[in-house]
Order: sequence, then structure tokens, then C-alpha cells
Amino acid sequence: MTIVFGIFLLTLLVVVAIGIVRAENLFTAVMLTGIFSLLMAANFFVLDAADVALTEAAVGAGISTVLLLGGLALVPGRERSRERLHRLALAVVALTTLMVVYATFEKPRLGDPDAPVHQHVAPWYLEMTPELVDIPNVVTAVLGTFRGYDTLGEVIVVFTAGLGVLFLLGLPGVIGERNVDDLAVGRSYLGHHLVPQVVGTLLIPFILLFALYVQFHGEYGPGGGFQAGAIFAAGMVLHSLIAGEKESLMVISPRMLVLLMAGGALLFGGVGILTMLLGGNFLDYNVLAENPVAGQQWGILIIELGVGLSVTGVLLAIYHAFAARSR
Amino acid sequence: MWVLSGLCLTAGSAFVLIGGIGLLRMPSLYTRLHAASLTDTLGTLLMLAGIIIQAGFTLAAIKLFAIAVFLLLTGPTAAYALANAALLSGSVPQARLLDDPEP
Amino acid sequence: MYLAASFAIFVTMVLAIIRALAGPSVYDRVLAVNMFGTKTVLLLSVVAFLYGRPDFLDLALAYALINFISVLAVLQFFENRRSAEDQSTEKT
Repeated sequence: MTIVFGIFLLTLLVVVAIGIVRAENLFTAVMLTGIFSLLMAANFFVLDAADVALTEAAVGAGISTVLLLGGLALVPGRERSRERLHRLALAVVALTTLMVVYATFEKPRLGDPDAPVHQHVAPWYLEMTPELVDIPNVVTAVLGTFRGYDTLGEVIVVFTAGLGVLFLLGLPGVIGERNVDDLAVGRSYLGHHLVPQVVGTLLIPFILLFALYVQFHGEYGPGGGFQAGAIFAAGMVLHSLIAGEKESLMVISPRMLVLLMAGGALLFGGVGILTMLLGGNFLDYNVLAENPVAGQQWGILIIELGVGLSVTGVLLAIYHAFAARSR
Repeated sequence: MWVLSGLCLTAGSAFVLIGGIGLLRMPSLYTRLHAASLTDTLGTLLMLAGIIIQAGFTLAAIKLFAIAVFLLLTGPTAAYALANAALLSGSVPQARLLDDPEP
Repeated sequence: MYLAASFAIFVTMVLAIIRALAGPSVYDRVLAVNMFGTKTVLLLSVVAFLYGRPDFLDLALAYALINFISVLAVLQFFENRRSAEDQSTEKT
């Protein structure tokens, strides 16, 4: 069953990928990239990886499409056509593909319990999570506690990406010469029409509430900081689409965005320093409360909050950096 | 109970398929819009109703109901916004029969 | 039962992809992507029930919201581009 669904989805993936490469109109390529992300999310879902599917759907199909369109607004719409066929590149790619296909002959079957990847740490995580951390979602436990340093690295990577974009494009009022007052005032196109305005304004509170639900429910079901940050940013993007750029920058000001970006990463690192001050190692949540298990749960809660804040700040800052530039 | 749910699911699947075929076979943008958005909303609502009937009164049914309400609200709005954008960009809906040659 | 429904949704997804690849104008493609998104939400709900995991419905809910936002963003982008072209043709 999983195999049938998987084959279906992967075939569609190859077809869409060929479509993306062959499309000359960049806008078509962006739309097909949205479909590609959705297919990947469905694929992850069919393979029972719910957290990854949620992140892929929220970030890949939602925010990524919006940001790519923001970038497209600044460039001409067609790809530069190429005439020659690069034979050397084609040969190298074909050779590498054949080698990779040959290497897959030795891989274990899908879901084989005797595969090497299921032998060492994975059973330990599955056994020790109820005893050491006591939350139902093992993925969050691995992300937050057992592999906490990796997650700290990921938050710093997200923060660095935001920094890079802000240095390149500037954000009005904080970085660069433009001021928030220079932006064109008034509602954008969508805000002039009654139906999208009413429906959008109705939906925004629910989207933000759902983002909060996903953030704090990450220990019990699919969810967590990354997904919640992406959904929150999507809600604020909807507000920006309806009410206009300037209005939206008055709700969450650029200074606040920079504060969110840095504050989230600081919160995460701060928990590590706090645990050191309380006598444990860096990011050793056991010392945060009387009962070590409760300490672990508090630790995971706070670092997920840090991740969510940082991701929200970065995604919104990048969106506003692109959108404010194209006027 | 099962019969009702099965009926809803079958009807929903039929509408979804009709919408897909309509998307492919209709001659112009506006007719495709008509086919895709109407059958989208109705087919989705029927299928979700079929699943809700089988789920009983649990948290999952409430979540499905929330999904149904959101799709009911946002599907027609997206279709409206798309039709508006297409109209503003200049592609005018043309009335012609299916047998007429392409203008 | 759920299996037949999910196959119907799969077939519609394939049809939507064909329209997205072949649509002559950009609005056809946006329509196809929107329809693909709603079908993905449906597929996620049906498969979640097929696998007996109702907690995966959060994904379908998140995706229903995100799909709407990205279609509106695309349309806003078009409108910006069109009004920018109109302004530049007015000036010249």
C-alpha cells in the first residue's frame, strides 16, 4: 500500500521536475515548484513522517512560493535561453546517476527492521523517551533533547540566512536608507475587493491561533517550532497582502522583526547558559526543575518557543525585505 | 451509517473526478475556472462529510469539520480572486459553442 | 472504500498536473495549482483515516490555510506586475 502510493507520487515528482527544468517562463517554474513541494509533503506523509510533512507543506509550498514570487518581481520573467548542449556536463551527470542507481542495489528494503540504521541509536531513543522525557512525540524528544546541539545549530543557520538577506536587500526603517514612511500608503489590490478582504480578515486570527496550537502541541503530535513559525509568518503575510505593506509594517514593526530574529536564537542559547549556571552541562535540561523529567519537558517547551520566534522573525523579515523593495 | 458514509464518499469522488476532467477538457480559462472551483468545493465537502460520519463524535471529527469550514470559505474566494485577476489582465470571456472553430 | 476514494483523488491530481504543465496562460497554471492544493488536503485527510492516524489531520488543516495564502500572493504578484507595466507604458 505504501509502496503503491510511493511509486505514484515519485513518478509524478519526476514528471514535475522535468517540467520545471524545461519551463522557460520563470513564473511557470515557480508554480511547478509549489506542486513539487506538495508532492514531497504527500510522500513524507505516506511514509509516516508527519513532522517533516508538516514542515515541508508549511515552508515549501507556502512561504517558499511567496518568497520566490517576491524575488521574481525584481527580475525579468524569462530565462536566458541556451543554445549549446554541454556534452561534458551531460556525461558527468549521467555517470553519477548510474553510479548512484548501482549503489541503491545494496540498500536494505523499505522498513526492514534489520537495517543498520535501526540498530544503534534508534531503538535506544524509542526505549528511553518514555523514561527520560515522557512525551508522546519521539521526534520532538530527539530534536529537543537527544540532539539539542543540532537544533541550536539549525536555529543559528536560520538566523544567519535572515541576516544575509537583510544585509543584501535592507529592511525599511532598520537597515538601509529607506524609511517606513516612504512606502506607498493604502491598500493593495486585494484589499480593494470586498470578498478577499472580508474572508481574509476573518481567517487571520484563526491562522495565528492555529500557529500557536501547533507550537505548543509539538510534544503530543506533529508540530513544533519550525512549523509554527512558518504558519505564523504565513498568517502575517496574508495580513500584508490584504491591508497593504505599510499597514502591516505598523502592526509588527521592522525593529520588532529584528528583535524576534535575534531573540529566538538568544532564548535557545540562554536556556543552555541557564542550565550551566544551575550546575549542569550546556543544554542539560535535567537541572531546570526538581524532577528531571519535568525539567526535560520545560526545557523542550522553552527551546521550541525560541525556535518558533526566530523562524517567524526571519521569514517575515525576508518577506518584507522583498516586498518593500519592489515598490 | 456505513451506507450513508459510503454514498457521500462515492458522490464526492465522482465530483472530484468530474472537476479534474473538466479542468482538462474545457475550451477556455473561464469555463475551466467554473469546472474546477465548483466541483472542488462540493466534492471536498461531500468527501469530508462521509469521513466525519464514520469518525463519530471525536476530536478528529471536529478537526475535519474545521477543515471543511475553511475550504468552504477559502475555495470560492480564491476562485473569485483568480477570475478577477484574469478579467483585469484582459482575457475576456467569450461566448461560443463547443463546435465553433477557435476564434 | 477509502482506497477507491484516494485513487480518485490521485487521478485528479494527475489531471491537474497535466493542466499545470500545458496551460496556455499563467492563470490556467494558477488554477491548476490551487486545485492541486485542495486535492492534497483531501488526500491527506483520507489517507490519515486509511492509516488509522487521526492526529495527522493537523497537516491537512495547516495545508488548507497555506494553499489559500499562496494563491492570493500569486494574484497580488500579477497585479503588481501588470500595474507596473501599465505605468511604464503610460509614461512612454
